[in-house]
Order: sequence, then structure tokens, then C-alpha cells
Amino acid sequence: MASVATPAQPRRRSRRTKLARRQTRLAWLLLVPSLAVVALVALYPLGKTVFQSFTDQEFLALEPTKWVGFDNYTQLFHDSLFRHSIWTTIKFSAITVAFEFALGLAIALVVNSNFKGRGMMRAVMLVPWAIPTVVAAQMWKWMLDDTFGVINDLGVRLHVLSHSHAWIADPSTSLAAVCAVDIWKTTPFVALLLLAGLQVIPQDLYEAARVDGANVLQQFWKITFPLLKPAILVTLIFRTLDALRVFDVFYVFFGNRPDTQTMAIYAQSTIVGDGHVGYGAAVSVVIFLIIAIFVVIYMTLNRLSGEET
Amino acid sequence: MRPRSLVFWAGVVSLLALLVSLSIATAATNRSSRATASYPAPPVPGAAAIKAKYGGQSITFVGDSVGGGHQRDLALAKKFSQQTGIKVNVVPHPAASDASYSQLARAFSTHSSSIDVAMIDVVWPGAFAPFLVDLKPKLGAQSKIHAPGIVASDTVGGKLVAMPWFGDFGMLYYRTDLLKKYGYSAPPTTWTQLFAMAKKIQDGEKATSPNFSGFVFQGNAYEGLTCDSLEWIASSGGGHFIDNGKATINNARAAAVLDLFRKNIGVTTPRGVTTYQEGETHTAFIDGDAAFMRNWPYAYSLAQAAGSKVAGKFAVAPLPHGSGGGSVATVGGWQLAVSKYSKHPDASIEFVRYMTSKPVEKFDTITNSNVPTIPSLARDPAVKKVAPYLTPATANVPRATRPSTVLGSKYNEGSKDIYQAISRILNGSPASSVLPGLQSQLQGLLKK
Repeated sequence: MASVATPAQPRRRSRRTKLARRQTRLAWLLLVPSLAVVALVALYPLGKTVFQSFTDQEFLALEPTKWVGFDNYTQLFHDSLFRHSIWTTIKFSAITVAFEFALGLAIALVVNSNFKGRGMMRAVMLVPWAIPTVVAAQMWKWMLDDTFGVINDLGVRLHVLSHSHAWIADPSTSLAAVCAVDIWKTTPFVALLLLAGLQVIPQDLYEAARVDGANVLQQFWKITFPLLKPAILVTLIFRTLDALRVFDVFYVFFGNRPDTQTMAIYAQSTIVGDGHVGYGAAVSVVIFLIIAIFVVIYMTLNRLSGEET
Repeated sequence: MRPRSLVFWAGVVSLLALLVSLSIATAATNRSSRATASYPAPPVPGAAAIKAKYGGQSITFVGDSVGGGHQRDLALAKKFSQQTGIKVNVVPHPAASDASYSQLARAFSTHSSSIDVAMIDVVWPGAFAPFLVDLKPKLGAQSKIHAPGIVASDTVGGKLVAMPWFGDFGMLYYRTDLLKKYGYSAPPTTWTQLFAMAKKIQDGEKATSPNFSGFVFQGNAYEGLTCDSLEWIASSGGGHFIDNGKATINNARAAAVLDLFRKNIGVTTPRGVTTYQEGETHTAFIDGDAAFMRNWPYAYSLAQAAGSKVAGKFAVAPLPHGSGGGSVATVGGWQLAVSKYSKHPDASIEFVRYMTSKPVEKFDTITNSNVPTIPSLARDPAVKKVAPYLTPATANVPRATRPSTVLGSKYNEGSKDIYQAISRILNGSPASSVLPGLQSQLQGLLKK
């Protein structure tokens, strides 16, 4: 949108020709369909949610909905379950994004090099990502079970574990278990995005570096990393926003268990379970704002790194 | 990479993913296909007249998913469709009943006609009554053969909003062979006894079977935990969460029995019991991995079926009690209701008439070990033979009722507050640190 608006800059207005005006009009006309779609699928639901967050709307309510001002938000401020769910989500996001990025980068570097069976490797690494999350989560839930789970069985047989452990049920390991499953599942996606970034780096840069006597590490820090930065930022934005919205793995693993709720699960159980549409809308708005903070942080980072180069 | 090889490997990957998904899906359902019986679905009385009036209509029935329930629904719907020409689309509801409550609440609040007939829990008629068809004009006569207590709870404001379908109550399943092996002549009568016996049997069995545990129950944070914990608390004289319009859960007797359970998690139960719903519970028992199980009657037929490792080696008894009380069983049970937004209410009512008739309840009791809501069926010799849990000693235990009437449409939220608090206790928080909060949450719901 920004590029289209350029001809309309104020200092040029006086010298604007008839042709330029016509072009601007045409540009706006061409933009209308996409703006309408954005308004319909993004702005309308968002606006409606914000509106609902100021009401006491309920499922199954027989009385009409009332406007309650900031009541929902003041109540939310004192809601310790919601605060706990924010904290859980942020911990989960930080752990998974860090591991997925490190592992994904390593995998991307490996499958970017030339070796026999590379095509097969690239496809096979996507298997975890190709399985629907709910299915994968259920599979891991069974595999991690303390009585019939294969992971405990293998661990005990190989003497890695002294006894069967209830990874999901035990609050001290439940977050680690759910993070491990997400890392297993999403690392391929990160690797794929980074691989795409790696493939656009021209090979002659490496040749030149070799001629100049740079070793592999120097090549990585001086060539690969700087040129991969845009891809890295995009990957981190994607993953962070995804992780902050996490629902399915947690839902399959823990249901409505109070100590392991994420923000999204809290919103779902408030709206769908308890039927508090108004209060749940306030929860959703706060989630939206929290995610927006992360977007702003990343966008700023993106701009700063753009100015650097 | 050559394009062809990319397509090839992408194909291989998707195929693998599909295979994994399918095998998970079949693993999840194979347990429930056991209960298909040689006993045929009963015929539909007056089928020709129904066909003449409503033949060709199509209705959606949101039905059972626990144990052999879906198989039963399919068999009965098939018979009904064949004979009346009314097509019945059977959709199993979510196994956790609070999730299936949400599903219906969503459909009713949007006035959706996508659901015609739904099975509703004994605790829901109050909340859903405004959205259900009054069945009294057409099914009032048939309701008279059902237990009057259940019919009364299905009657809201003088309207019969649901028909009793099958009853439910909690009971203790125990391994007769293991009790004998470890020198016990009778099942436990108190919770302390239960855990002591569970410990002794578990310690002995663990040597040969490392996955063995003493006691399994529904410990997941969901509606089932509200039912289970109500039994522990009420049988210890700790009340029913809410008594006489006031939250009463914060009391010493409730705290004592909850702490007793907390200390036994991972000791005489699997540590993972706090993730168990009905399915995981009966799987552990049927595979011979538990000495005691708390469950509903449906598990009886599964445990007796071919493929069960405990067939003929178990029996049922009333649940144990605490020091200050006597045995109780949480009232469960399911009703059939017709949505006010159904496009075919008359065809739907005919389906409900068939499903809640005496021959169908007999079929369900015999093939699926559910509890009939028609009292005279308990005296039927064919039923008596397969359903020993219907003998007075087990079936006539005092019932404990979840606080659904007093909470009305807030019941689902109140139950969530309850099971989340109990879940915290089972996962390690002392009851004294959790119960005051739960008490004020419940009191808050009562005031609203």
C-alpha cells in the first residue's frame, strides 16, 4: 500500500498532473477489493470482539446483553488464572522458539550442503510437520504415558530411566513434555524457512571467501549469518506468533488442567466452556495486545537491521 | 533437486502422515467395537404409520461415544431408519461431558437446526430447558414406565424437556482373583482400607508386571473428576460442594479425604491417573494393570467381553466411604432431548420414543451394561443374568447429586471450578490451600 500512496505526497500536490490524479484514483479503485476483504475478515471480527468485551454477553442467556464499560477489564486485572496462563504461554514460546531456531538452523545448514540422498532427506525431515497437530499430540500423549508409554519402556530397558515417569501428569515435567513435542513437530518448518533463505545466498561469495583463506566459521559469521538475517527474522516472527497462540498440543495433553492453561485455552474455556462471551472477548483483546507487543518488537528489530546493511 | 523426485518424496511423506493419522484413529476406536452383540436391535413399533407420516425426513442425532455406546447408537439408528424411512445421522459427542455441553450450548445459542436429537447429561435439563421441545404431549404416557425421580429431574417448569435414556452411578470394580491371592475375603469398605489393600497388591504384583497399580479412577481435570470427588467427599461426611444454597466445600472432612487421595497419587495409583478419563481407566483395568477401579456400569460389559484380560476375574461393590460417612454413588445418566430449532421435531420425537422404549433399554442393558431407567427391567431374568451390578446391594447405594439444580445455567462453570481445584490438590497442593478459594468461587456463582 505504501508504494501506491507515494504519488500523493503533499509537496508534489501543486505540480500534480491530470494523469497522476487519474492514476491515483485508479490505484485506489484497484485496492478497494482487497481492502474490503481485509475489513471483512480481519477488521470486522476484531472490532466486534472489542465491542463485545465491553458487554456482559453470555451463551444461553435469556436476559438481553448489557453494556458494562470496563468491568470485564478490571475483573481480568485481578484474574490470577489468566495471569498464570500468560506466564505459561510466554515460557512455552521462549523455550520452543529458541530450540526450534537452533535445531532448525543446524538442520537447514546440513540439508543445504551437497550429499547423496539430499532430496530424500529434505522430504523426510518434513514428516513431523505433515502430521496434523492433534494427531501428533495424541500419539505423543500415549507414548509418554507412565503405564503403557513406549518412551518409558525404552528408557527403563536401556537403563536411561530408573523407573517409569509420568511426563505429562507430573507438574514438574509437564511443560518440558509439551515443549518437546512442539519442538519435534515444528523444527522442520523452521528448517524449511531457513533453507529457503540459505538457497538464495550466491555460491561465489563462498568461493571468494575460500580464495581469501576464510575458514568455515568465518564464512558462517561473515557471509551466511548476515545474508540470512531477513529469513531469520521472518522465521522468528512466524514462530513466536504461532507459539503465543498455541492451543492444540496443550488441549490434547492437559484439557482444562488449571496449572497448564495457555492464553488461548483460557479464552476458549471462558467463552465456550463457561459461556462468558463478554468476559472472554476481553481476554481475547488482551491476548491480541500481548501479541501486538511482540510484533512491534520484531518490526523494530527488522527496521534496525535493515538500516544497518 | 529434480522436480520429479521432489513430488515423489512429498507423496511418500504425505502417505506416511496419513498412515500415522489413520492408525491413531483406529487405535482410538478399536476398544469400543467390542460390545457389538449377537443380540439384535429390537423392531420399531408402529413403523408403517411413522413411515407414512415422516418417511424420507432426515435427522441428526448427537449421541454417545464412551465404551460401546456409539456402536449401540449406530445399530439402533440403522434399525429405525430401515423400518421408518427416517434417515438418522449419528454423530458421537465429545467423550468429556463438559466438552459436549459446550457443543450443545453453542448450537442452541445460535439457534442452529443442525442438531435434532441430543443426549443430555442428568445435570443439564435446567440449563437447556428453554431450547428443548416439550415432550409431554407425545411421550408423557411413555415417561410413566421410567423411574419417577429421573422423570422429575427432566421436567422443568412443568415441561418434560427430556426423556430418561440410561442411568449411571459410580461403583468399585475389584479383582476377585487378586483379593484372594493376597488374603482378602471381601472388597474394602473404607478409603483407607482401599489404599492399604491397593498398596499390598501392587507391591506384590509389580515384581512380575511393572505397570501394575493398585487403584485407577477418573483424575483428569474434567467433569468426571467432579463426579469422582463428590463421592470421596460425600462419603466422608464432607457435604456436596453446595448444601442448602451455600458453598460448603471448605471443611475438614473434605480436606482430609482429598489429602488422602493426594498422598496416594503415584503411590497406589499410576502417577498419570491425573490425566485419566473413563477410557484410560477401563483400559488399565481390562488390560489387568489395576486391582481396583472406580467407573460407571458401562465398563462391566467391556471387562467381560472377549479380549479382556480380566473376564471372570472381577466383581463390583459399592464404593468405599470415609470415617465420617457411608458409601454413596454419584448420580449420572443420560436423557434424550429434541432441539426447539429442529426442522423435523415430529420425526425426532418418534426416534426418541423408540430409543427410550422398554425393548431398546433392555437391548442397551444387555449389550452395553448400562443402567436401565425403567425399574421393571431390573427384575427381567435376562437382564439379571448379565447385570449383577443391578442387585440391590450395589444399585441401591444412596446417591450423591452434583449441585446442578442450584447452579442452573452456571453449573458448567461451577463444575469447572470444582474439578480444577481438585486437580490442583491431586497434583500436589494441600487441600487447605485450595478449598477456601473454591468455596468463595462457588459462593460467588450462587450470588450472581
